[in-house]
Amino acid sequence: MKAMPNSSGRKIGSTLGTYLLLTLISLIMIVPFIWMISTSFKEPQNIFTYPPQWIPESFRFQNYIDVFQLIPFHRFYWNSIYISALVVLGTVFFASLAGYAFAKIPFKGRNVVFLILLSAMMIPHEVTAIPMFLFMRQLGWIDTHLPLILLPIFGAGGVFGIFVMRQFFITVPTELEEAAMIDGCNRFRIYARIMLPIAKPGMATLTIFTFVTIWNEFFDPLIFINSRDLMTLPLGLSLFTDEVGTAWQYLMSATVMATLPLLIVFFLAQRRFIEGVAMTGLKE
Amino acid sequence: MTHPHKRKRRGPLAREAQIAGWLFVSPMVLGFTLLLLFPMGLALYMSLTDWPLLGDHHFVGLENYRNIMTDAMFWKVLANTVYFTVGLVPLNIVLALLLALLLSRNLRGIGIFRTAIFVPVMTSLIVWAIVWKLMYATESGLINQLLLMTGIKGPAWLYNEDLAMPAVILTSVLKNVGLNMVLFIAAIQQVPRSLYEAATLDGAGRRGTFFHVTLPMITPTVFLTVVMTVIGSLKVFGQIYVMTQGGPSNSTKVLVYYIWEKAFKLFQFGYASALAYVLFFIVLILTLLQWQLRKRWVFNEGDA
Repeated sequence: MKAMPNSSGRKIGSTLGTYLLLTLISLIMIVPFIWMISTSFKEPQNIFTYPPQWIPESFRFQNYIDVFQLIPFHRFYWNSIYISALVVLGTVFFASLAGYAFAKIPFKGRNVVFLILLSAMMIPHEVTAIPMFLFMRQLGWIDTHLPLILLPIFGAGGVFGIFVMRQFFITVPTELEEAAMIDGCNRFRIYARIMLPIAKPGMATLTIFTFVTIWNEFFDPLIFINSRDLMTLPLGLSLFTDEVGTAWQYLMSATVMATLPLLIVFFLAQRRFIEGVAMTGLKE
Repeated sequence: MTHPHKRKRRGPLAREAQIAGWLFVSPMVLGFTLLLLFPMGLALYMSLTDWPLLGDHHFVGLENYRNIMTDAMFWKVLANTVYFTVGLVPLNIVLALLLALLLSRNLRGIGIFRTAIFVPVMTSLIVWAIVWKLMYATESGLINQLLLMTGIKGPAWLYNEDLAMPAVILTSVLKNVGLNMVLFIAAIQQVPRSLYEAATLDGAGRRGTFFHVTLPMITPTVFLTVVMTVIGSLKVFGQIYVMTQGGPSNSTKVLVYYIWEKAFKLFQFGYASALAYVLFFIVLILTLLQWQLRKRWVFNEGDA
């Protein structure tokens, strides 16, 4: 048994220590972003000055305009946005449809098929990428966006989506369906009118997870895309890194523009993001 | 997960269930067969051939696998991959666990820290790697400048055989530690309050409570997270591609980078497929091991 003053003094000390440690680690996490933003506004001669300039001596907003002349940045942007959107829509639709069936419709072979699907989640993407490349070449789909859209929807990403949606639908009471069925609703109506509205939180989770994954996907675009105009942001930026070499101010203004939208959405819907990742994050 | 269906198996309803069930899963099952199962099989066959970019291929049996066993570069990239994994996983897990413990205390303003540490998770790996490449720059990168301010002349981080890999590991840990942290926080919050109350009544200190209550209760999550982090590390690629391109002198060339190089730069599809299958077997063994161990020693099988 310790005397009260001593133990509360120790408590304050440990609280202070906690704050200090957390501040230090948070700073390390945030510094790259500060440096990125800071560099993006710099004149070329101010990038590597000593001591480092946290706030640029003079702001050069022109960097943000010039970068569009150097690379088809708006194309990268648009490609990333529309591919991510299509993959999210496709994944949420097909995965929820299948997830509902696996959870609620007693059809023959259901468990076997589900097990096969689940076991496929451990297939490394790198194994299927090589035959897929040949397959897509056969179809004439190399250097198109089709593989970037179809592979995630129906491949490992989709399977993962089924898993998430099934877990969700299993918790929905069966009485609800039975009542609707007695009223003469067919399965698709039950799915669309009753199940989907209930499944909104599950769909939100899947949407966030899929969007972040596809927005940041690098390996597939690297394999399937050759033309500059068809590149997505991560691929375009990595190419740009090789090309501009030391023109870091342009590269950083590009990365700021590539990063900010997602971060803004993240700050607005933080709780849902973190919960979603906590629920599904075990995948990667 | 079994839930009895009291509905009769016969009759129009049961037939309707058959049709509807298969109809609902058919797009996914079809896509999965075409885009995962079929390529998986084809890759196995390709690994037994000398498949070139153009022209005919020939069946060569296990030759690719035999060549892998005597390929010095394969052992080099395997060693590098293991180095990356062994360097990353303990650091990542311990840091994530520590942060989760600190952040699950009820302190004022703690949310800000959680957000700050989680932000890199939301950022593109490629962007993160590009920024760190800038910060690692030898002559006047931020890190070396900060070192210089304390009187230390910093090394050529990414151009030094001994330092490139640790530099990449550090970048990777910071990128993803927030993810594991969030998973651990979620697990810690699941631990019943009553256990902590009992521990306090028994006079357990903070350390005792951690080792005797928290840690045993979150073991399933920790274990699963370790396995997933290991598997993720074995597949490291993007940050290597951006930061070092496998160099200097192959000191950061990892397994997936080697597979990518063989397949999509040199177009040796047969050999690359065999390499990819080696990766698959490693992942498979780890996954099976995980299932076995989970059955045996994991404290409770509640979540995950």
